[in-house]
Amino acid sequence: MSLTPDDIKKIAHLSRLNMTDEDIAFYTPQLSNILHFVEQMSSVDTSHIEPLANPLDLSQRERPDAVTEPDQREAFQAIAPKVEAGLYLVPKVIEGE
Amino acid sequence: MSYQTIAELVHDLNTKKTSSVELTQYFLNRIQQHDKKLNAFITVCEESALQAAQKADEKRAKGQVHALTGIPLAHKDIFCTNGVKTSCASKMLDNFISPYDATVVKNFKAVDVVMLGKTNMDEFAMGSSNENSFYGPVKNPWNTDYVPGGSSGGSAAAVAANLAPCATGTDTGGSIRQPAALSGICGLKPTYGRVSRYGMIAFASSLDQGGLFARTAEDIAILLNVMAGFDKMDSTSVDIPVPDYTSTLNDSIQGLRIGLPKEYFNEGLHPEVAKAVQDAIREYEKLGATIHDIELPHSTLSIPAYYVIAPAECSSNLARFDGVRYGYRCKDPKDLTDLYQRSRSEGFGKEVIRRIMVGTYALSAGYFDAYYLKAQKIRGLIREDFAKAFKKVDMILSPTTPEPAFKIGEKTGDPLSMYLSDIYTIAAPLAGLPGISIPVGFVNKLPIGLQLIGNFFEEARILNTAHHFQKVTDWHTKTPEGF
Repeated sequence: MSLTPDDIKKIAHLSRLNMTDEDIAFYTPQLSNILHFVEQMSSVDTSHIEPLANPLDLSQRERPDAVTEPDQREAFQAIAPKVEAGLYLVPKVIEGE
Repeated sequence: MSYQTIAELVHDLNTKKTSSVELTQYFLNRIQQHDKKLNAFITVCEESALQAAQKADEKRAKGQVHALTGIPLAHKDIFCTNGVKTSCASKMLDNFISPYDATVVKNFKAVDVVMLGKTNMDEFAMGSSNENSFYGPVKNPWNTDYVPGGSSGGSAAAVAANLAPCATGTDTGGSIRQPAALSGICGLKPTYGRVSRYGMIAFASSLDQGGLFARTAEDIAILLNVMAGFDKMDSTSVDIPVPDYTSTLNDSIQGLRIGLPKEYFNEGLHPEVAKAVQDAIREYEKLGATIHDIELPHSTLSIPAYYVIAPAECSSNLARFDGVRYGYRCKDPKDLTDLYQRSRSEGFGKEVIRRIMVGTYALSAGYFDAYYLKAQKIRGLIREDFAKAFKKVDMILSPTTPEPAFKIGEKTGDPLSMYLSDIYTIAAPLAGLPGISIPVGFVNKLPIGLQLIGNFFEEARILNTAHHFQKVTDWHTKTPEGF
């Protein structure tokens, strides 16, 4: 699979990564090579094979629906880039007054 | 350089020949003296280490003693440590002071093991050479022009140079066993689910597993007794009892059936590495093991499958780094999208960006079946290969890597050639199996590693098998010059 610079732009957007034209030129051949390499996978017929998600075939454990975590808002917000009155601040999302 | 094993250090503490404060100071001095040459540490915890050592000595004086009380250890900087910077070697987390301890960190703290500091690594554990660190590459103590392996390169180099007697690491595709091999020490990756992943910064959640570096299998057994165990905070932790790994170290290996996968002795193998491994096989025959040829026919597909699964899971796990709640935030974002995009692009290094992009593509609409689902099916075939092999043999033996350490800068221009250096280590985590690397020789004064892969939860047998080899050989006692 060969990727085009436009493919890279689209993937970068889906990944929420900012790409300059220079970056796109840098990553396009590298990602194409990696995808070309992993396409070796198609050499084997897996039509009757179950996909393996967890090597031990375990399913998620359940636990009682009870509060177990203490409130650590202050500790967590102390390491945030920008907070105010207990809220995480980001640039304005909704325009207007 | 003289070094002591953990077993010897424990003995010295027990017989009051030394104290934890003395030991801790000794290693802190060594870090101070030698780490400029290696760059193995991101953070050194001088003050808190000496405080913890003091506390350990007080407990020892009162007789409240676990074997490891007061023993110094270094943690890979992927494990969250309360109040201490936990960077994952990324600019993204350069300012991250963890508000909690990983379970592994807690387990060692509970027996008063002393944390010397946090070791360098490939950014977010993505790499095989420790060159992908925001803090610069780690050097191999055997020759500082060479890489120590990765991603746990700082932990491996620190133990090899005796800047720490032992260290934690994590292994997703070989990140403990490969640097252990390239740095000439022992490194164990336990079975998936054996060691808690809680507080271990996630890369590829279905593969990641914490483990250990030390000089001997015996040391790893002592440490694993504390590190392993069920943790309700990790949904993939397995609730089965932890045996005393030291109690079976000396069990006979007479009649142990060792399998040699023919795919791991192929043309890419360096002849000197092959010879060292053959010599080790002869030692095992002398010890009473029987040697059998086996096949792992889907081996060649393990790297392609891995480089779909690991990036896919990485792209999902690393979505949490958004510049909002913790970590790096770009300057003057003009809107929310700009905040996300620039924080991530400026905060992540090139290899992390490559993997996020490959993973995003592999999971995107229209490609999921062809990439991620296909890779998971191949993963099923790889596990099946091992299941068949373990019907014939008890242990699988191979070189850990096809070649010894490579030069810093040698493979950085070609991501694919770097990926291929994990060829012999990558299948075990895909199958979830435990494995160890132990030193078995040198080529051009660079160490060679031997890999033993065991069946699920057979860490005790792996350590037992490695221990017997180390009782009759002395490769694990060799130390790099100048340290």
